[in-house]
Amino acid sequence: MDALASLIHGLAIATQPMNMLYALIGVLLGTAVGVLPGIGPALTVALLLPITFKLDPAGSLIMFAGIYYGGMYGGSTTSILINTPGESASMVTTLEGNKMAKAGRGGPALATAAIGSFVAGTLATLGIVFLAPWLVNVAVNFGPEDYFALMCVAFITVSATFGDSPVRGLTSLCIGLTLGLVGIDKLTGQARLAFGVPDLLDGIEVTTLAVGLFALGEALYVASRRHLVEEKLEPVRGALWMTKADWSRSWKPWLRGTMFGFPIGALPAGGAEIPTFLSYSTEKRLTKHPEEFGHGAIEGVAGPEAANNASAAGTLVPLLTLGLPTSATAAMMLAGFQQYGLNPGPLLFAERPDLVWGLIASLFIANVMLLVLNLPLVGLWVRLLAIPQSWLYAGILVFATMGTIAAKPSVVELSMLAGFGVMGFLMRRFGYPIAPVVVGLILGPVAEAQLRRALQISLGDPMVLLQSPMSATLLGIALLALIAPFALNGMSRFKASED
Amino acid sequence: MDTASERRPDTAGMLIAGVLLLIAVVIFWDTSALQLAPTYGVGPKATPYVIATGMAVLAAGNFWLSWRGDYPERESFDPKAIVLILGGLAALIAIIGLGGGFIPATAVLFAATATAFGRRAVHIDLAIGLALGFIVFLLFDKLLTLALPAGPIERLL
Repeated sequence: MDALASLIHGLAIATQPMNMLYALIGVLLGTAVGVLPGIGPALTVALLLPITFKLDPAGSLIMFAGIYYGGMYGGSTTSILINTPGESASMVTTLEGNKMAKAGRGGPALATAAIGSFVAGTLATLGIVFLAPWLVNVAVNFGPEDYFALMCVAFITVSATFGDSPVRGLTSLCIGLTLGLVGIDKLTGQARLAFGVPDLLDGIEVTTLAVGLFALGEALYVASRRHLVEEKLEPVRGALWMTKADWSRSWKPWLRGTMFGFPIGALPAGGAEIPTFLSYSTEKRLTKHPEEFGHGAIEGVAGPEAANNASAAGTLVPLLTLGLPTSATAAMMLAGFQQYGLNPGPLLFAERPDLVWGLIASLFIANVMLLVLNLPLVGLWVRLLAIPQSWLYAGILVFATMGTIAAKPSVVELSMLAGFGVMGFLMRRFGYPIAPVVVGLILGPVAEAQLRRALQISLGDPMVLLQSPMSATLLGIALLALIAPFALNGMSRFKASED
Repeated sequence: MDTASERRPDTAGMLIAGVLLLIAVVIFWDTSALQLAPTYGVGPKATPYVIATGMAVLAAGNFWLSWRGDYPERESFDPKAIVLILGGLAALIAIIGLGGGFIPATAVLFAATATAFGRRAVHIDLAIGLALGFIVFLLFDKLLTLALPAGPIERLL
């Protein structure tokens, strides 16, 4: 029961007043950005990176985790009340949630989302407590070739396997990897792709890329198609509390959603969207009230909302134990670790147990805070939606540029920010996913370093990648994950032409 | 479902494929210009070559997608909004580059973006932007002790 002892120790750290305060700021910010359409947790962490540079690492990381969890709670509010998901993981919630709000059952919809998120978040955090030490024990024996293979799996699954188009996903990843090449090579001191520009020698700042793609790109995209969308806020009418029937229809979807969300989040499979879709279709199949689906069935809110919170917790497992981000927010959190010179992985568990277990324990506290903040205060959060879109985005752009101005007030850096903004706009317009670019930039240099270390140990023999059973298996999985979407695509086209 | 006859080659998609190919060529060119002594294992050249090859293959893949017209439908868009926001950013960069300081730069960006989102009250928005920049500057300068670029206004504070 080492895990429990570590957790109790972590709780002692997480309940220190300063850390509680960081957690509170995190969940408040997270809920706010989750509620507001157009800004998500990944962007918020990106904006905070340059500002938190001088703060205490443990506190900032606790705050970032609070933002991640809070974003998942807040996103549901927007989905239910205005039929626009606050972030992509809440897409499915709009299907039934907004119908419930229109039918005057917005209160129970918000309640089942919040309580389901709490149940799932708590269970999934328990999952972290028991899974993480086990995975750390496995990962201790990993050589550089195994890490390289693991990153290959992450690259492929994040970009190709689960997106709309594997070609477009891989294109995004490759752009990210190219950006990761820019700057001085750490092993030999050679400048790559810097074109003699001194600002590029340090490489591309993760913050600049993420803020450009997420904040500027989104603002440009929303502004350009403003005339096409009409948002209507559904007021919360009727009782806020769930009836006995609501409870009895909700608890099973909560647990099933958790079962979908946590493992899929923990696998390097990327994104909270898949478990939410799986949860929705499962609930639709299992429900005793099939006639209500499509008209506001509470199961269709309870399941996916539990799933997206559980998957947020799940992504923290590979992040903390292997240093492997599987979502955009996790990638930004990894950048957060890196800015303090911390490298998540088995070594971090051994060297900084206070920090790791304090962070994990703080997740329980964040969950309790979110439940308290979300249920009674939902009216307050809804007010945020009354901010006119024009001021909201103007404010977002001011804060977006401010981060860069504070970190590196150079014309080159700001022009790069604007350039990435245009890139983010074009990627949205032409259907290229954004997250693989960020993952490629952050993880690409790490993967290259591991590969070169592996080949240095083997004196240049590339067979080392296949001689380690772990690395060979992982590379096999990566290859499968790469081929599968093309093969399936071909099969479905074959079927379609047969019909 | 779209039928094959409705799909036409997508020129924008082909342009994207062309840009990707250009990036691949630039990586090849830049990497081949590196000069270094041989070491054990792989040097700094190997990864760029792999990525450049991948980029070239993806350029072909994107070309194929656009040839089949396999791109998402694009809705009409409002170029004025884009020009306004990018203009605001350009003004911000110019003001900071020329030493005008953080607060006026922020105000211009705020007003330009608000206008892009359909506001028709530039003077009020400029004033809000100035106030916002003022608060942020004080917060950063005094509370977080992070330096923001100072111009004539900021030096008075």
